[in-house]
Amino acid sequence: MATGVGTATRHQVDFRIRAGRLLARTSLYMVLSLGAFLFLVPFVWMVSTALKEAGDVMKFPPEWIPQPVLWGNFVEAFTQDYAPFGIFFKNTIVITATAVFGQLLSASLVGFSFARLRWWGRDYLFLVVLATMMLPYQVTLVPVFVLMKVLGWIDSFLPLIVPFYLGGGAFYIFLFRQFMMTIPLELDDAARIDGCGTLWLYARIILPLSGPALATAAIFSFLAHWNDFIGPLIYLNSVSNYTLSLGLRILQGYGGYGIQRWNLLMAASLFVMLPVLLLFFFAQKYFIQGIVTYGVKG
Amino acid sequence: MHKGKLWRRIRPHAAGWLCASPWILGFLVFTLGPMIWSIYYSLTEYPLIRPPVWVGLDNYRFMLQEDKFFFNSLRVTTLYAIVAVPLHLVMGFLMALMLNQKIRYIALWRTVYFLPSVVSGVAVALLWQWIFNSDFGLANWLLGLVGIDGPSWLLSPTWALPALIIMSLWGVGGSMVIFIAGLQGVPQALYEAAEIDGSNAVQRFWHVTVPMVSPVILFNLIIGLIAALQTFTQAFIMTAGGPKQSTHFFMLHLYNNAFQWLKMGYASALAWVLFAYILIATLFVIRSSSLWVFYEGEIKGR
Repeated sequence: MATGVGTATRHQVDFRIRAGRLLARTSLYMVLSLGAFLFLVPFVWMVSTALKEAGDVMKFPPEWIPQPVLWGNFVEAFTQDYAPFGIFFKNTIVITATAVFGQLLSASLVGFSFARLRWWGRDYLFLVVLATMMLPYQVTLVPVFVLMKVLGWIDSFLPLIVPFYLGGGAFYIFLFRQFMMTIPLELDDAARIDGCGTLWLYARIILPLSGPALATAAIFSFLAHWNDFIGPLIYLNSVSNYTLSLGLRILQGYGGYGIQRWNLLMAASLFVMLPVLLLFFFAQKYFIQGIVTYGVKG
Repeated sequence: MHKGKLWRRIRPHAAGWLCASPWILGFLVFTLGPMIWSIYYSLTEYPLIRPPVWVGLDNYRFMLQEDKFFFNSLRVTTLYAIVAVPLHLVMGFLMALMLNQKIRYIALWRTVYFLPSVVSGVAVALLWQWIFNSDFGLANWLLGLVGIDGPSWLLSPTWALPALIIMSLWGVGGSMVIFIAGLQGVPQALYEAAEIDGSNAVQRFWHVTVPMVSPVILFNLIIGLIAALQTFTQAFIMTAGGPKQSTHFFMLHLYNNAFQWLKMGYASALAWVLFAYILIATLFVIRSSSLWVFYEGEIKGR
């Protein structure tokens, strides 16, 4: 305690502490508000640009409320024939849906095997699973590309789908294993006594109880495939097979060299982000759960 | 009946292997096999249209002696990682500390800070390319508000890399969430005990909070480091490595060699160098962590 306090009355000390706390609170809220502004303003900027006329985009200082509000940008982003976004949208949905399905199916089955079954070599193989998490994808990039070429799968969706049916990736196996280990083992014994086979146990008992893990895995898998860029960039050649990520890339060159149609680009980018944002608002809990499982228990 | 008995013993193991078989197959076909091939390719010249030709260690020699982009791409990638990763840690940690207080609308605040980290890929890269537009961009408008005449960002060899670092900070919400979970795992009793012992808030932060969440700091450090060393999409979309090679990331160099110039052998050699770099950096961090990471239940001999 400071020596000056002795001369102050109890009331004054009390006031000082409270004033200090109020100051701390106020500055906390101010810092948080400033931060929130900086984190949100890019989104506002994006929406504002997406709704502007081409001429109004190049105004400085910027006009935040577009005059007029041009919803037609979304229509034009979709209907210009330079980059057919309708087709890209369809392709992306097909690839994402098939890949996510395979990834969930296969990672949950493998995770089930590591979590609920006892077999020779299991623990060693699980170490291998964990080790593959450390391996950067670049190391296998070239040989896998060559393999896909040998198989004749270049410029098809197969390289972007089939690998995910085979194990689904270490992170997802790990996620399912960790979750399935928390389900009481007595359930398995009871099911076995009832004459239940291994696959039945997986499909009818363990998987239905793994809802939260499925939801988390589904979200992360969806994000990974929806936003994937390098995969489609390497494997897809014809524009009719392109995904949204590649579509944005060609729209970048629309309108001539060096002159970018920022209003159209922002409208298209916003459209690509929208499913992710919607998913986030409906399932924020699972986003956080996934990150935390990976970070704290990993 | 002997055979039946044997089958009954083997059966559970067979079932386990069978359920794990998709992964085992995938591991052999898409990981282990390609790894071995990748070592082989790295010792060959392989332009894809012709079969590989053995060249021994020539790719590695070329890398060190002739490739004028190689060291620059290492430098750019390292610089980015060294600046961006610690910034992420500090910012993520500070934000987590602020959002672990008793404040009003806590869920809403956390959502706001977390939100940008869920979007990624080309759309985000385009958004930031537009934000960093030197004439009409948001970044220079904001700087103008506080009286600063902003640089030309992605067109400037000096400011292009800092621009990518600033952009990456937008996604700091992911590490923030992990930090919040870590902070919530610190037992309240520790703070109470420290308070009874007469410690002040600053001491409690350095002697309780920091040691208790240090494993989470380590985790975020390693994940952030690995991701930073593999940076690709932003640089590919926003700057294509320029201006003057100032954002020519290692991964961009690898991509160009493999898929622009079809130098598959050389690209494989680059991939192994990247792997070695990531491995050494990670091991270095883990080794050093025994000095600063505290694990509960661990008794330190002094």
